[in-house]
Amino acid sequence: MGSFTSLIDGFGTALTPVNLMYAVIGVLLGTTIGVLPGIGAAMAVALLLPITYGLDPTGAFIMFAGIYYGSMFGGSTTSILLNTPGETSSVVTAMEGNPMAKRGRGSQALAAAAIGHFVGGMIGTLLLVLLAPVVAKLAVGIGAPDFFAIMLLAFISVTSVLGKSRVRGFASLLIGLAIGLIGLDEMTGQQRLTFGSLHLSDGIDVVVVAVALFAVGESLWVAAHLRRIQAEPIPVGRPWLGRGDVRRSWRPWLRGPFIGFPFGAIPAGGAEIPTFLSYVTERRLSKNKDEWGKGAIEGVAGPEATASASASGTLTSMLTLGLPTTATAAVMLAAFQQYGIQPGPLLFERESGLVWALIASLFIALVLLLVLNLPLAPVWAKLLRIPRPYLYAGILFFASVGAYAVSGDVVDLVVLFVIGLIGLAMRRYGLPVLPAVIGVILGPAAEQQLRRALQISDGSVSGLVNSPMSVTVYVLILAILAWPLVRRRARDQASMVGP
Amino acid sequence: MSGQGSTVERQPWYKEYSELGVSVVLAALGVLVLVDAISMPAIPAQRGIGPDVVPIVVGGALILVAALLARDVLRGGKGEAEGGEDIDLSAPGDWRTVLLLAAAFLANVVLIGPLGFPISGAVLFWGAAYALGSRDFVRDPLVAAGLSLVTYFVFNDLLGVSLPGGPLMGVL
Repeated sequence: MGSFTSLIDGFGTALTPVNLMYAVIGVLLGTTIGVLPGIGAAMAVALLLPITYGLDPTGAFIMFAGIYYGSMFGGSTTSILLNTPGETSSVVTAMEGNPMAKRGRGSQALAAAAIGHFVGGMIGTLLLVLLAPVVAKLAVGIGAPDFFAIMLLAFISVTSVLGKSRVRGFASLLIGLAIGLIGLDEMTGQQRLTFGSLHLSDGIDVVVVAVALFAVGESLWVAAHLRRIQAEPIPVGRPWLGRGDVRRSWRPWLRGPFIGFPFGAIPAGGAEIPTFLSYVTERRLSKNKDEWGKGAIEGVAGPEATASASASGTLTSMLTLGLPTTATAAVMLAAFQQYGIQPGPLLFERESGLVWALIASLFIALVLLLVLNLPLAPVWAKLLRIPRPYLYAGILFFASVGAYAVSGDVVDLVVLFVIGLIGLAMRRYGLPVLPAVIGVILGPAAEQQLRRALQISDGSVSGLVNSPMSVTVYVLILAILAWPLVRRRARDQASMVGP
Repeated sequence: MSGQGSTVERQPWYKEYSELGVSVVLAALGVLVLVDAISMPAIPAQRGIGPDVVPIVVGGALILVAALLARDVLRGGKGEAEGGEDIDLSAPGDWRTVLLLAAAFLANVVLIGPLGFPISGAVLFWGAAYALGSRDFVRDPLVAAGLSLVTYFVFNDLLGVSLPGGPLMGVL
C-alpha cells in the first residue's frame, strides 16, 4: 500500500518537535478563534493565514491542519452554550445541543460533540487517505475541457443549490469573477481592469478579498445592527459522558461520517445538507423520540461527526482536484497559492512530502483536539463572554494586520476597505458571500482551462465537449439549472388539482 | 449604499425599493467590464480565444443579472438581510456606528506609514471599540496598546512578518 508508507513518512515529518509545536499552536489558535462568537471557520482561517507567512510551507500547513479542525470544533461549543451558531454546519448542533445545556446537561453535550468530532474526523481522514490518491490518479487523465466543466459545475451549484435566491447568488458570483479579472492576463500579458494602476496589474490578492468579504464586511454589518444586550452563555463544567449517554451516542458517531464525507467532497454547500440529513436520520432511528427538541444527545453526536467528516471530504476535493467546495476550503486553496503550490491531480506527485505531512497532521490535530479540549472546555466557555466591542474591534485589527502583511503595502488596506464595503452591502441586500469568494479564486483558473481547451481545438466550441466526462458534467449542470422550473411546474399542477 | 435608516411604518418609495441600487451598481460594473474588454488592443491572430472574451461574457452577464434582479425587486422580491449571533435585525440600521468604525479603520490606513503599526493599530482598536459602544477610558486604551505592541512583536520578531515600527520603535 503506497499511500500508507507515504503516510508514515508524513507522520515522521509531522512529529518532529518543531512541527508538533506548530500543530499544538494551530489547534489552540483555531479553537480560540472558532469559539469566539460571530467567527466561523472560514473567517478564522482567513484571519489566521498571515501568521503562517513567515514559516516554511510544511510548517505552515501543519499549523493549518490544526487551525482547520480546531476552528470547526470551536464552532460547536458556541452553538451549544450560546445557541448562536457561527456557521451553517453548527446550526443543527444548536437544535439539540442548546436545549441540553439549558437542562444542565451542557457537559454531556460538549463531550458528545467533541468525541463526535474526533470519530468523524478520524473516519473522514482515513477515507481521505484511501481515496485521495485514487482520485488524483483518475484526475491526472482528465483534460482542460473536463476541468472547465467541473469548475462551471462548482459555479452553478454554489449559486443554485445554496441560498434562497438564485439571481442574488449569480450576482455575487459575477462580482467575484469581475474582481478575479483584475490584473495582467496570464496568457497574453494584456492589462485588464487595471486603469493604468501598477498596483492593480498584480491583481488583487485572494487573501485580501477573502478577509475583506468575511471579516471586514461582517464587522461593518454587525456594527449596523449590533445587539445591545449580549446573549448570556450557559455556564458549564468539564465535559463527561455517562454510560447511558455513550450507549445512545456511539451509533450516531459511526453513522455520521458516512453521510458527511460524500457531501463534503461535492460542491453542495459543505456541511449544511449532510448535518441536517444526519439529524433527520438519528431522529427517525432514535428510541427516545419524545426527547427530541428538548435535548436529545443523538442530535448532537450524529451531526457533529457528520460535520467533521464532511470537512475531510472537502479536503479530498480541494487537494486532488483543486476544487474548493466550501468557503473554508476556498481560503485554504488561497493559502496554497500563497506558497506557489497549486492543488490538483499533480499535487500528490509534486509535493508528496508536504501533502502527506499535512494529512498526518490532520490525525495529530484530531488527537490534540480531544486531549486538550475536553479539559479546557470551561476556559473556552469563558471566551463567549468577551465584550462585543472588543471582539469586532479585534476582528478589524487582525484583518488589517493580515491584509498589510500580504505585501507590506498600504494600498492593500484601501482595497480591503472597499471590498469590505461591498461585503457590507451584500449582507444588507441578501447576496450570499460564498459565490463571490469562489468566483475570485476559481475564476482565473476556469478561464485558463477554457482557453487551453479552445487552443487545443483551434477555437472550435466542440473542443469543450469532446470527452464523456465533460458531457456528463454539462448534463448535470443543465439538470441543476432546470430543477426549479420542473418543480414549479409540478407545484402548479398540484395547486390546480388541489382546492 | 442608498436608502438605509429609520424604519418608519410606511417607507417612502426610495427606501422600499433601495435594492434597485444593487441593480444599478451591478449594471454599472457590467458596463465597466465590457468597455474595458472592448477597448483592449486587438491581439494578432491567435489560436483559441483572446483575453477579451471572458470579460465580455462576464460584463454581459452582469448586465443581464442586474436586469433580472430589478425585475425581481419590482415584483416584490426582497434580499433577506443576513442574520447572526450578534445581529439584531429588528432594530433600524445604525449607520452612525458604521461610519465611526470606518473612520477608525481608515485612521490606521493613514497613520501606519508615518507613525508605525504599534501606534496606528492601537488607534484602530480603540477607535473601533469606541465606535461599537465601549466607553471605558482606562481599560480600552490599555487593551488597545497592549494588543498592538504584542501583535507587533509576535509578527515582527517571532513570525518573521515585518510590520512598520515607526518612530516609537526607533526610540525603544
